Amino acid sequence: MSALTIRNLKKTYGNGVEALKGIDLTVEQGDFFALLGPNGAGKSTTIGIISSLVNKTSGQVAILGHDLDRERALAKQKIGVVPQEFNFGQFEKVFDIVVTQAGFYGIPASVARQRAEKYLRQLGLWDKRTNQARTLSGGMKRRLMIARALVHEPDLLILDEPTAGVDIELRRSMWDFLTGLNEQGRTIILTTHYLEEAESLCRNIAIIDHGQIVENTDMKSLLEKLQVETFILDLARPVTAAPELSGFLVRLRDATTLEVEVPKTENLNRLFTELAEQNFQVMSMRNKSNRLEELFVRLVEQNLPGQAAKQEAAS
Amino acid sequence: MSSYQQWVAFYTIVVKEIRRFTRIWPQTLLPPAITMTLYFVIFGNLVGRRIGDMGGFDYMQYIVPGLIMMSVIQNSYGNVVSSFFSTKFQHSIEEMLVSPMPNYVILTGFVVGGMARGMAVGLIVSILSLFFTDLSLQHFWITVSVVVMTSALFSLGGFLNALFARNFDDISIIPNFVLTPLTYLGGVFYSLDLLPDFWRAVTLVNPIVYMVNAFRYGVLGVSDVNVYASLGAILAFVVVFYALSLWLLNRGTGIRG
Repeated sequence: MSALTIRNLKKTYGNGVEALKGIDLTVEQGDFFALLGPNGAGKSTTIGIISSLVNKTSGQVAILGHDLDRERALAKQKIGVVPQEFNFGQFEKVFDIVVTQAGFYGIPASVARQRAEKYLRQLGLWDKRTNQARTLSGGMKRRLMIARALVHEPDLLILDEPTAGVDIELRRSMWDFLTGLNEQGRTIILTTHYLEEAESLCRNIAIIDHGQIVENTDMKSLLEKLQVETFILDLARPVTAAPELSGFLVRLRDATTLEVEVPKTENLNRLFTELAEQNFQVMSMRNKSNRLEELFVRLVEQNLPGQAAKQEAAS
Repeated sequence: MSSYQQWVAFYTIVVKEIRRFTRIWPQTLLPPAITMTLYFVIFGNLVGRRIGDMGGFDYMQYIVPGLIMMSVIQNSYGNVVSSFFSTKFQHSIEEMLVSPMPNYVILTGFVVGGMARGMAVGLIVSILSLFFTDLSLQHFWITVSVVVMTSALFSLGGFLNALFARNFDDISIIPNFVLTPLTYLGGVFYSLDLLPDFWRAVTLVNPIVYMVNAFRYGVLGVSDVNVYASLGAILAFVVVFYALSLWLLNRGTGIRG
């Protein structure tokens, strides 16, 4: 049984905007799944429909085998949602927010209090339990929403940009926390704008754009599709022109920095040999951008209406 | 959800609502206490002495039931309209919508929360009135029934208002421009017998007249209208408003994209 099954899901808003044009998606149990897409692609609408905050126009959604139309209460019991925007009472106390959420799931107060303590401690918020939510920092508010989403111990956890606006140290600790949850058997679906985050955490991925799934595969296969990687090379001495290297496209960014496009068919040893032959000394090297980011940009660009027309005209 | 789980969810909403209005008591419980005390002092005591009897009672005694009812109406409505709209405004309504709790539990929870504030304020005003006049309940169960049903009805009214409201202006229009005039013209301060026939007929269209008079009958034993017809009408309105609210909630009106 899959954790999430979506079939031909469509959503057209009242103003005529077609947010989803019939998407199909399957997320297996225990997966750490990335749902990526540019702003306005349909990610939040999809999550809104799964979490019953948005009415769908047509299609089917099932959570752990429970159809959202026929067994909505059972489906909701299995899912925890961490939304993009802060959506708790700003004047309520941290502890009360988590305990109250448990109450909405029918969990008795004594159990709710124990679980609230457990998750607030795990997320480093126990010391803030009597504070009003509005007094928390942005990162703490995000962690509060995670604690709240976990209090009924759902099998499927959906996080919509959980690390937006969170500093690097905290982001790393949240990654560790989410990885731990996934290792315990929880299925996690993540949307994020930090593609490094998706690449390092998720095993499978779907990219949504203009209301359609443009890619849905495992992370390894997706990254293998990357035909060219771009590297930045820092040189020991300043140069005035980029070297001519056969098989590599080289640009001079500034006097001591080269940008080199390396096709997947070429190996880096030959690049360094040729550079050494031309007296270029490389001090350090790094990827220009994250590999997933390069692929993402290419896939989304391909899907642009103008781009598609250009490609059609060219062919 | 099992019945027990639904009960826990309902209880959670009610406790949350009561915690909210007691936490902000200077905004919720104190103002009606001060306003009503002023009514008792100015209208009941100072002006009332010159007015003399009304409906066979001294003026203070006559207006107390109406003022208690006015407090119940305004506070039941005000609690639900502001609380439910705030949950929409802060998006914390999503906490409930993602949960498996049925919509009737959400609706009933908010309504009971509104009733709790309406009746709490009604009780405070009743206690304050004892400093100015003697009150003895003539018909206990009628008094209780009217308060319970009226607070439920205006809680539902507040819920409907909040469901359709898009901004804070929308939640103040009905209380200021509909509820307040209807309450002041609803026989709180005078007997309908004082009105010419035409205006008496017009006044009888105002539903608050029936609530105020039914409550006054419970307390003083006098009424300008048929009490049992009033109770039936209030109950009918409660049923219609509840069904309408639940239908709109199930459709997602004002809360779901």
